[in-house]
Amino acid sequence: MEVERRSLESRQASARDMLRGDLEGADLERYVEERVVTTTFEKMLNLARANSIFPLTFGLACCAIEAPISIVTARYDLARFGAEALRASPRQADLIILSGRVSIKMAPVVRRLYDQMLEPKWAISMGACSSSGGMFANYAVVQGADKFMPIDLHIPGCPPRPEAVMYGFNKLQRKIMGNPDQGWRARYNAQGTEEWARGGPASKPSVESAEAYELARELALSEGPANA
Amino acid sequence: MPDGPGLELLRGEIDVDAPGAVLATSYDKERATLIVDPARIVDVLGWLRDEPGQRYRFLSSLHVADYLPAEPRFGVHYELLNRERVERLRVKAMLPAEDPEIDSVTSLFPTANFQEREAFDFFGVVFRGHPELTRILLPEDYVGWPQRRDFPVGGEPVTFTYSEERYG
Repeated sequence: MEVERRSLESRQASARDMLRGDLEGADLERYVEERVVTTTFEKMLNLARANSIFPLTFGLACCAIEAPISIVTARYDLARFGAEALRASPRQADLIILSGRVSIKMAPVVRRLYDQMLEPKWAISMGACSSSGGMFANYAVVQGADKFMPIDLHIPGCPPRPEAVMYGFNKLQRKIMGNPDQGWRARYNAQGTEEWARGGPASKPSVESAEAYELARELALSEGPANA
Repeated sequence: MPDGPGLELLRGEIDVDAPGAVLATSYDKERATLIVDPARIVDVLGWLRDEPGQRYRFLSSLHVADYLPAEPRFGVHYELLNRERVERLRVKAMLPAEDPEIDSVTSLFPTANFQEREAFDFFGVVFRGHPELTRILLPEDYVGWPQRRDFPVGGEPVTFTYSEERYG
């Protein structure tokens, strides 16, 4: 205990000296070696991404009680993993959790929600129903959400316990930090699907539309004071 | 709700005003049911709604049941309610398997509008004279009548190893 306290005090002292600019030569070298970790930019970026996921506030059926409702409560507290900020708009969300059965009428809506999310984005299929249709082997329910959108992670259970959801969430974090190639989503035509408001409802971002936007903005700015 | 003798009395009264419209009666598990000729369903329901002694003015449910393999196959059920006496009465019309059609009762009970659309949606029973008989719950381009008993269950077959061994 005493040793720890001493080493802490010495570290604080050297930090103070560093901030005052008193450290020089070998002391400064040692300070930098002790305090600085070198890594690649991608690794740091993935670390940040994995620990600041914004899930979409979105529930389909009974699994929605376990996630995203239960796991953000104080008892389970997804905030420990940096995902407490549930977003109400897909354009601000990184993660969509399919919590429940996807009916054939809901499937296009779910797909559109996923399409509107900005890259990078991930999808969790939670529970038996959205993973495989579950017990609903009938005319109304899609037999597995991976039929119409790319799913990064399946969580089994009916419904899964909140602990299982959090375990799956940690698995997803590990996947994000591993930075796998997401090119497999191309088979779902799931890349570059966001609609941009700039050039009209269904337009893709392009150089022409960006230039037109800039031009219109400059015009508006130059005419602004006169109009006002 | 009318008991067994009351149901027979009711049938007699209907027979006076609409002879031959009631084909049979059934009293089972304290539910009184009139089985009527589908061609005269509007007459019978109109009579039950407006006759001073009856006044079943509320259609609490309209639904269809598939009695496969019986013929006639489809039963259109009208659940009537008199809210003053809190009496319920079920009226049933049986329709054939081929081209099941019956007159719409939306002119008598506006609430029948959506319920007839739902019955059409799931069973393919056509209600003549309905203002807009289109699918209400399923997608509009859906093919088939999924609540019929001969409609395939759907989904994907799940084969377990033991069932493969046993049934091949």
